[in-house]
Amino acid sequence: MRYSAFKVFLQGLTGNKGWQPMWREPEPKAEYDVVIIGGGGHGLATAYYLAKEFGISNIAVVEKGWIGSGNVGRNTTIIRSNYMLPGNEPFYELSLRLWEGLEQEFNYNAMISQRSILNIYHSDAQRDQFVRRANAMLLAGADAEMADADQLRKELPFLDFDNSRFPIKGGMFQRRGGTVRHDAVAWGYARGADSHGVDIIQNCEVTGINIENGTCQGVQTSRGIIKAKKVAVCVAGLSGRVMSYAGMRLPIESHVLQAFVTEGLKPVIPGVITFGAGHFYVSQSDKGGLVFGGDIDGYNTYAQRGNLPVVEDVAESGMAIMPMIGRARLLRSWGGVMDMSMDGSPFIDKTHIDGLYFNGGWCYGGFKATPASGYCYAHLLAKDVPHSTATEFRLDRFRRGHLIDEKGQGAQPNLH
Amino acid sequence: MIIEHPLLGPRDMAEFVYLGDAALINRPDWQDPDAANKYYEYQYLRDNPAGLHRELWYHEQGDRSWLVVTRDTLTHEITNVELARDVAVEEGRSR
Amino acid sequence: MTQYNRIDGGLIDRSRVLNFSFNGKQMQAHPGDTLASALLANGQKLVGRSFKYHRPRGIFSAGSEEPNAMVQLRSGAYLEPNTKATVVELFEGLSATSQNHRGSLEFDLMAVNDFLAPFLSTGFYYKTFMWPKKFWEKLYEPIIRTSAGLGKLSLQEDPDCYDKGFLHCDLLVIGGGPAGISAALSAGRSGAQVILADEDFIIGGRLNSEVYEIDQMAGSDWVLTAKAELETMDNVRILARTTIYGAYDHGIFGALERCNDHLASTNNKPRQILWRIYSKRSILTAGSTERSIAFGNNDRPGVMLAGSVRTYVNRFGVAPGKQVAIFTNNDDGWRTATDMAAKGVSISAVIDSREIDPRAKISGAGLFLGASVVDTTGRKGIKSITLSNGQTIECDCLAVSGGWNPNVHLSGHQRGRPEWREDIATFVPGKQLPVGMACAGAANGNLTLNSALHDGYDIAGRQMHDLGFEVAKPLTVDAEDESCEITPFWHVKESRKRAWLDLQNDVTVKDIKQSNLEGFRSVEHLKRYTTLGMATDQGKTANILALAIMAECTGKTIPQTGTTIYRPPYTPVPMGAMAGRSRGKDFRPFRLTPSHQWAEQHGAVFVETGNWLRAQWYPRRGETTWRQSVDREVEQTRKSVGICDVTTLGKIDIQGRDAAEFLNKVYVNGFAKLAVGKTRYGLMLREDGIAYDDGTTARLGEHHFVMTTTTANAVLVFRRLEFARQCLWPDLDVHLISITDGWAQYAVAGPNSRGLIRKIADKEYDLSNEAFPFMACKEISICGGTLARLFRISFSGELAYEIAVPTRFGGSLMEILMEAGKEFDVVAYGTEALGVMRIEKGHAAGNELIGQTTALNLGLDRMVSSKKDCIGKVLSQRDALNEEDANRLVGFRPVDRSHQLVAGAHFISKGNQPVMLNDEGWMTSVCFSPTLGHSIGLGFIKRGDQRKGEIVRAVNPIQNSEIEVEIVSPHFVDPEGERLRV
Repeated sequence: MRYSAFKVFLQGLTGNKGWQPMWREPEPKAEYDVVIIGGGGHGLATAYYLAKEFGISNIAVVEKGWIGSGNVGRNTTIIRSNYMLPGNEPFYELSLRLWEGLEQEFNYNAMISQRSILNIYHSDAQRDQFVRRANAMLLAGADAEMADADQLRKELPFLDFDNSRFPIKGGMFQRRGGTVRHDAVAWGYARGADSHGVDIIQNCEVTGINIENGTCQGVQTSRGIIKAKKVAVCVAGLSGRVMSYAGMRLPIESHVLQAFVTEGLKPVIPGVITFGAGHFYVSQSDKGGLVFGGDIDGYNTYAQRGNLPVVEDVAESGMAIMPMIGRARLLRSWGGVMDMSMDGSPFIDKTHIDGLYFNGGWCYGGFKATPASGYCYAHLLAKDVPHSTATEFRLDRFRRGHLIDEKGQGAQPNLH
Repeated sequence: MIIEHPLLGPRDMAEFVYLGDAALINRPDWQDPDAANKYYEYQYLRDNPAGLHRELWYHEQGDRSWLVVTRDTLTHEITNVELARDVAVEEGRSR
Repeated sequence: MTQYNRIDGGLIDRSRVLNFSFNGKQMQAHPGDTLASALLANGQKLVGRSFKYHRPRGIFSAGSEEPNAMVQLRSGAYLEPNTKATVVELFEGLSATSQNHRGSLEFDLMAVNDFLAPFLSTGFYYKTFMWPKKFWEKLYEPIIRTSAGLGKLSLQEDPDCYDKGFLHCDLLVIGGGPAGISAALSAGRSGAQVILADEDFIIGGRLNSEVYEIDQMAGSDWVLTAKAELETMDNVRILARTTIYGAYDHGIFGALERCNDHLASTNNKPRQILWRIYSKRSILTAGSTERSIAFGNNDRPGVMLAGSVRTYVNRFGVAPGKQVAIFTNNDDGWRTATDMAAKGVSISAVIDSREIDPRAKISGAGLFLGASVVDTTGRKGIKSITLSNGQTIECDCLAVSGGWNPNVHLSGHQRGRPEWREDIATFVPGKQLPVGMACAGAANGNLTLNSALHDGYDIAGRQMHDLGFEVAKPLTVDAEDESCEITPFWHVKESRKRAWLDLQNDVTVKDIKQSNLEGFRSVEHLKRYTTLGMATDQGKTANILALAIMAECTGKTIPQTGTTIYRPPYTPVPMGAMAGRSRGKDFRPFRLTPSHQWAEQHGAVFVETGNWLRAQWYPRRGETTWRQSVDREVEQTRKSVGICDVTTLGKIDIQGRDAAEFLNKVYVNGFAKLAVGKTRYGLMLREDGIAYDDGTTARLGEHHFVMTTTTANAVLVFRRLEFARQCLWPDLDVHLISITDGWAQYAVAGPNSRGLIRKIADKEYDLSNEAFPFMACKEISICGGTLARLFRISFSGELAYEIAVPTRFGGSLMEILMEAGKEFDVVAYGTEALGVMRIEKGHAAGNELIGQTTALNLGLDRMVSSKKDCIGKVLSQRDALNEEDANRLVGFRPVDRSHQLVAGAHFISKGNQPVMLNDEGWMTSVCFSPTLGHSIGLGFIKRGDQRKGEIVRAVNPIQNSEIEVEIVSPHFVDPEGERLRV
């Protein structure tokens, strides 16, 4: 069913009774060309692009719960491509470009809103690093802008310019950055994939990966064995658990990231703002809630919930840059499990097992990467060579020493 | 979370800094013929279990002990806390 | 029309009158009222507008579950949006205004949405607003954004202050209703440390809202008796106005105490306190929340929860209507009728969806059994209802009871799922509870009074037993177990009109059906697609109802359908309270250097370096730009002598028989053979082979070293050294202590530094170049016997020393050095001049040690000893870190010397396009060199060590600039290091 204002109008006249399911609920077939494990944003996007761009449509996406129940349903909705390193920046820029045309492409309004992202700096050294980064972005064809404190004062007068512990000296904008209605991304990709014949199988947990003679044959699931020529793991947060079915240890730890939303408020914050002297980033959703987050809790966990020290730290940082939010109330907090990798950068790669592919390690940057991750993973699955923007996301890069460490924190996942 | 420090009793997690898997104690021998591979595995690969995890916490806002805490990553229940130095000695880390 | 709805009785103080205003209208009420009861007393039906359709809304409940009656409280910087009128304790002068309408509350222009409702069906926005593409950010979204949102922020800094505190107890009692009070009595009598917290401003819970008797006294009087007993116990603390908002790991709870919100002004006392409560056990006695029934136009002002109507009648002495109808599916609803009738309020009808015998005789009321309400009329206040039999009944208030839901929320904060109980048609806490938690009373599904009292008492008794306390004598109270019989009835199927579930977000039964139709059948999909339960009340009155309807649609049972996840906070918590005192200048503590006061007196400009404040430069009269000051400081230091406070460098005292061996393991270069009395520069790697930190380490004795680290890494290096000591080499006899705060340290640099040091050092020390050469160190005394450590090390490249004294002498030493240095025209220099001199010398610092660079990149690869192990050694040998064209740290100067270099510019070979593919490195640090008279820089560029003399482009597209630069040695001044050694 194609969506349009006219369709909404027609349905309104007839009591909204003629809408159709956005995706089918098929029973799993015995065999597929590709089985994608994980019905999150990346898995669904992979299926969508495989079917639409690479001509493989005999695909199943198997999801242990409901689609979009992972981090695509639990994030701070930010999109941006303000990376610095050559291994990253072209990939995230591809992603941003895909975001820019996504809604029209799959006829679903995911409310992609390029209201800008600002990274504030508080010292000369930070400014130098942002100049380096901004130049890297421009050299890669992305957009960036530097702004001094006076300019910020005009644009964002509610920031604490006069009494802050760490003075606001300026910032780097990426005007094309912004936010997306996160759940709608999963639904839009699911609907698109489904319309190209992809079977989306919910409530189907993978319990094993069948490997014979070094070749992957398919998966065992709570709904039986499903054979596949290629199995594509795409379960960031739970990568360690699923890849252990294939006997693999990963350069990944699972950590919880909490995020928060306040009660709905009339618009006050135009774009995304990131604090440079503490861990805090915030935007305001179209519904009016201030959506914000900070650092991961910092310990290994699969529990999908966090603890108070980080909650308070995030609130302190928020108040430090915008003391006007003191009387806004925090409404809800949530916690998602992140694949924290050893250099803060992800993996899209073949494994040493024939027919088994791996996508993960997104740290807390996975949401913005959804389109490019799906596209590049589909490219790899279809052609067995990495997409040109994703050549560095290899599992063996630590063995070789080819690190993609934007923050320079080294092999300690909780610092990325 | 509360960590039952073997010397100081129950302490809030906010007093600690977390490092990661206690396997980081087992630093390989630099002269091992397979040192490159062993160091790669030591530094980069993790079991990352969903369940009991032995992990290193540092009591930075306290007595500066490194601790090996056994904690369930699904429930956060802590079942054992040891001084990392004792663990290291037990595991035979010596010159 | 003052207090038009006020009736007799209640727990309010009628001897005093409080004046307040709503939308500018002056009204009166009494102490003990909430804003909601006061508005109802004054006949104010219309209080707000709904989120999506801007439907007129009144007060729905009497507690924190309120979805409708949200107001903006106070004004100016104190403006407090989205405040539930039902939890605002009235105070003299309170002013409240309605929110989320365009035009007045009565004539809201946005109410047009209500007429467009068919076209604003659930999720409509996902299906349209896609073309033209540019219109989203420019037109559609701005309209949506301004329409959405609820209340307004003042845009001013929150003028109130907030505190944080920590509490410890054996038992935390969450909720002060009958079960909670008896639990507190039980534990209190056992002698345990007890905290009893309740969100209300008086404890007692439903006992204050009902006419139950306990031990032949009114329930509210029993509460006072019990409270009096609890107050005599030193081991019990009652926290009223305190919401336990979250259950965290290991018995830790977050709590918000609204200590001064009930006053007109906080008078500079904390508005609220955020408590962190550490409990050994907790008992969830949070009671239950009533749910509604879905029927046509069930959202009108005057449609209220039946139990809440009782609260207004019994506790506040307010009749929410003059003529009240009751619609219920359970026996509890009947109590609203009997209680009101007892107070003389006219009851027009009791409608029970069950075909049962009447539970009471209500004079003048029509009884309709096996019937339901199909529709209502009255846009700004209910006027009549239409029943399933077609009959219309007039009323100005409709009290609805769909049954009670235990407040299980905190039991699920650690992801335990509640369980369905068929007999009471609701979810109760599941088996997987937060550690140490038990549930009792209505929160545990024991919905009747007598059982709640005993449940709370007995379960707390069991917890006391677990903790080793003597269990208190059994509870002897006499109370009734009133009937709470229920036959589930979720929505009136005959209703043709929209029937609301989530009142605030305007989610109706139709939306659930459409959601099902479109495949959003999982509860989480349902919530996310329809926005059910995502409003400020988090669906406390709506969710179960919607689940039941979804279950009906899909043919599953309610437990199969399941609930969404309960997450903190239970009710919203202000950001200000979450942040506490850590805001403004107090966001993080300041660390001040020993010379801070001196620097302040001498007009220094300070800069934040981590938490430190350091002097950046010292402007003198007549200097109008920072460059003038910095240039002067550099020139004077290089010409004569300058002083810089370098206390902020990390300083670690290392002692033990194996101290030298330990240093050998943590530095890439050797320290074992360093002679006593000598200092050496050392480089540290991370275990992954990347350069981490550098500094000098002095050997003061055979088994005694003092290490310095960079300011930024002081804490981190110490942590890593402790890790190495305790975990990697536990057998080494070595001990560490941080002495960063213990010793003040100054760099004394310049050709006259020896002369200056000689003036303050005690005479017995020979400081000649021969006796105390470059890199020497020694403990000496100065100023007639004061202990000091002297190091002949140099960051500036000049003949230089660093001198350290115990911190308490640091301030004096600065003054003494400046006084003694007058004859040399000594200058104090700040971090800028320090930076200029280090760039002139080509030393790597923070901009180069960024955690991404190797010893090879830094040109320090020859330091890495091949003869020994060290942290990072093996992994630093990986191929990709040692490629032929690896980045090298080199110097740069502009081809046209008048040009200024820019840190962050990227290097592109001449003739290449400025694109990422051709990117060869970047400029890390730049400055104007007063010594050379032009701009100089350091930077990383591929194969830089082999490209000296090559001209490359330094492109800086972000500032639209590009200049040609020459690759040179990073050592701009005195490359041979002769000045150091004189």
